[in-house]
Amino acid sequence: MTQQFYVSPEQLMKDRADFARKGIARGRSVVVISCRDGIALVAENPSPSLHKIGEIYDKIAFAAVGKYNEFESLRQAGVRYADVRGYSYDREDVTARGLASVYAQSLGAVFTAEQKPFEVELAVAEVGSSPDADHLYRLTFDGSIADEKGFIVMGGQADKVSEAVAAGWQGELDFAGAIRLALSGLVADKETATLPASAVEVAVLDRASESSRGTRRAFRRLEDEDITALLAEEN
Amino acid sequence: MQETTANQVAATATSSFTEHLQRQRPDLLPFGQHLPAGSPAGAAPLQAPHGTTIVGLSYAGGVLMAGDRRATMGNIIASRHIEKVFPADQYSVLGIAGTAGIALDITRLFQVELEHYEKIEGTLLSLDGKANRLGAMIRSNLPMAMQGLAVVPLFAGFDRPAGVGRLFSYDVTGGRYEEQEHHSVGSGSVFARGALKKLWRPNLSEQDAVAVAVEALYDAADDDSATGGPDPVRQLWPVVYIVNRSGAVRVPERELAAMAGTIIESRAAARREA
Repeated sequence: MTQQFYVSPEQLMKDRADFARKGIARGRSVVVISCRDGIALVAENPSPSLHKIGEIYDKIAFAAVGKYNEFESLRQAGVRYADVRGYSYDREDVTARGLASVYAQSLGAVFTAEQKPFEVELAVAEVGSSPDADHLYRLTFDGSIADEKGFIVMGGQADKVSEAVAAGWQGELDFAGAIRLALSGLVADKETATLPASAVEVAVLDRASESSRGTRRAFRRLEDEDITALLAEEN
Repeated sequence: MQETTANQVAATATSSFTEHLQRQRPDLLPFGQHLPAGSPAGAAPLQAPHGTTIVGLSYAGGVLMAGDRRATMGNIIASRHIEKVFPADQYSVLGIAGTAGIALDITRLFQVELEHYEKIEGTLLSLDGKANRLGAMIRSNLPMAMQGLAVVPLFAGFDRPAGVGRLFSYDVTGGRYEEQEHHSVGSGSVFARGALKKLWRPNLSEQDAVAVAVEALYDAADDDSATGGPDPVRQLWPVVYIVNRSGAVRVPERELAAMAGTIIESRAAARREA
């Protein structure tokens, strides 16, 4: 007969949290920056098809670090939630706050009830009509939710990257400035001074998508050429 | 054990919004509602607004779709402002004829279906894929069509790999037929089709194609009481969408007002019966 050992709830939660933290820190960082033109999402990701950044709805984007299969299933669940909600009510009734709260509940439930917690950290970003109306939510593996101002850095050596981004962040940045800042942050924990365009994944939530592109869908993925061109235009 | 898990994952993985609703929220689907089997003897048939005429035609750079602005309920004009041609996604449009309430909901479902696939898969559905999905939705509506609540769409899109605009028509059973040159659906379609046969030429320019579509709708409205003609009093013009390599765009009202004005003037000047 095997003996059931008593493990205190504190110890159990601490073990799970340590396990999840380790998994998340192994990966590479993602930076989400709110700026004048909208919200820029930048991830260090050499794969052109396995994305860490995705579109959820008209004004809402998703970014994640950690295990691909886990955050991909969360992303798909988010798209389904948003589309069902928008279809049954109205498109404008889909908000980042509602989505973030669903994510928080599912992450929290997995953390306490399942064999193993999700080794992921998520950002849910919603672009508003002005930078003040932008929403950035950070969701961690235990279901904690934080409403962030300005920018979010997740995964990898998040402390170092976050320091570098905080030093250069200001609300008046345009997309080129914000992406440049994010890229300079992503190399903060590395020997190299720059990342090639093929090693990063960049997407933006365009604040003025209705007037500039004639679509309510603000999300736009930037190709390698777009990134190179955007970074070349020095101001 | 592992094999069954893989099968389960594969079975639940879907990129289709309609399939997701069928599993989770079937009550939200526009079709598949259980109606009482047949109305009691002597009861008046169900009255609901009906959308009327849609025309689609190809031109040099792609395809174009136009619809009049009228919905009717028996002999009553239910709406003078209804719009029956919609962008389905960036590269395709659809027009609807038949029971307006169900048709508008199917349109909305189809739009979400295409966007949902794009977001889940990270790529656009092929034009044939889109046309087949729409056919499946129309087939799902067959039980209601048999009770008189039919929806018949017309679908047009730009096939980017092939570099051509294509046009698809449907029957109530979801049958999908690719049309050449031009096609029309709805109550005034017979008259619109006659007009298109005389007006359409290969390789029309974009502007000429819009003029042909507006004139075909004018002819349909002339002979079909359920189709609305251009209305200078209320400043109502047909809804026209153009689909080409750069995507689907709506033709601005003032261009349509000018074209409708030209047609009315030329018909008035001819002083002929038709």
